[in-house]
Amino acid sequence: MLEIINQLSKWAIPAFLLVVLLTAAVRRIPVFESFVEGAEQGFEVTVKIIPYLVAMIVAISIFRASGAMDVLVNLMAPIFNFFGAPPEILPHAIMRPLSGGAALGVATELIKEHGPDSLIGFLVSTMQGSTDTTFYVLTLYFGSVGIKKYRYSVISGLIADCTTLIASVFVVQSVFPG
Amino acid sequence: MVNLIWLALIVLGIITAACNGRIDVVTKAALDGAQTGVETALSLIAIMAFWLGVMKIAEQAGLVNMLAKLVRPLIRLLYPSVPHNHPAVGAMVMNLSANVLGLGNAATPMGLIAMKELQKLNPRPDTASEAMCTFLAMNTACITIIPSTMIGIRAIYGSTEPTSIVGTTLFATALGMTAAVLADIVLRHLSYRRGGR
Repeated sequence: MLEIINQLSKWAIPAFLLVVLLTAAVRRIPVFESFVEGAEQGFEVTVKIIPYLVAMIVAISIFRASGAMDVLVNLMAPIFNFFGAPPEILPHAIMRPLSGGAALGVATELIKEHGPDSLIGFLVSTMQGSTDTTFYVLTLYFGSVGIKKYRYSVISGLIADCTTLIASVFVVQSVFPG
Repeated sequence: MVNLIWLALIVLGIITAACNGRIDVVTKAALDGAQTGVETALSLIAIMAFWLGVMKIAEQAGLVNMLAKLVRPLIRLLYPSVPHNHPAVGAMVMNLSANVLGLGNAATPMGLIAMKELQKLNPRPDTASEAMCTFLAMNTACITIIPSTMIGIRAIYGSTEPTSIVGTTLFATALGMTAAVLADIVLRHLSYRRGGR
């Protein structure tokens, strides 16, 4: 299983490149010029998202460093107990939609401490692998086209995150041996 | 909504820091955050330039369009406001496929192309369109077959079966994506009722 997935990850991008380039060549597309034309926009898009990312990461950074994140974790603890989830994963669950790097850090710590094949290790791996950093994605994608009013997309993103979290806890507890 | 969240994060942060007697961490955290923001954006330049270049070739070779044709019925259902032969469709499909395969690096540039195309259809350039909201709901809660980063980390820390999370991740993401699409549809209709915005 690991071998198949490893090979698939290794081959996906080179195979995609090959198909794109060969198709383009057959259709007589000036590949080099097309590439440069597209790549040119990379810089422009990236510079455009800087203010949006700075705004969002500054707020999250203050929230974490001040200890407000820990307060939020304590407030949410009863809800977690209700679903029968181990309390150790709570900081990860709250961090996940806000900061991808921080959540990955927490997940790695938990895996190191409890082992990857423990209930907590298994659960946190599933949680980290199954949701994206919602606030980062929204900031990045909307920022790249200059959108400031996100409407209901924050709510639908968070509803999805909660569903994924509950589903992870449920499925891991049902398939975990013992 | 985002104004409120942003305000709450900072104001609550400053108040908590003051109560904890750690007011000095606020300034440092703010500047560190700004630094991280700029670094994150700049580190994207390389992959953005590469993938936008590749995508331009794919687009001119007609591959993006071909992919869009394959999924036309699904697009018509989920994105009624996007014309089925619009270039946004191909980019959205590419982005979602990359997400499914756990290729985060490739997914972001394709997603940003999709946003740019969707923006051309948007009558109010500073406000998210319905198609954008649907796209982002699907993007943040995308079905994942190969959670590559976590498989790697599990292998590093000596898991006997690093890929055992493939099944649980697939289950959790399938439910998450369903919830995202349903929430999007419900919220869209609620916003119609409140006067269409």
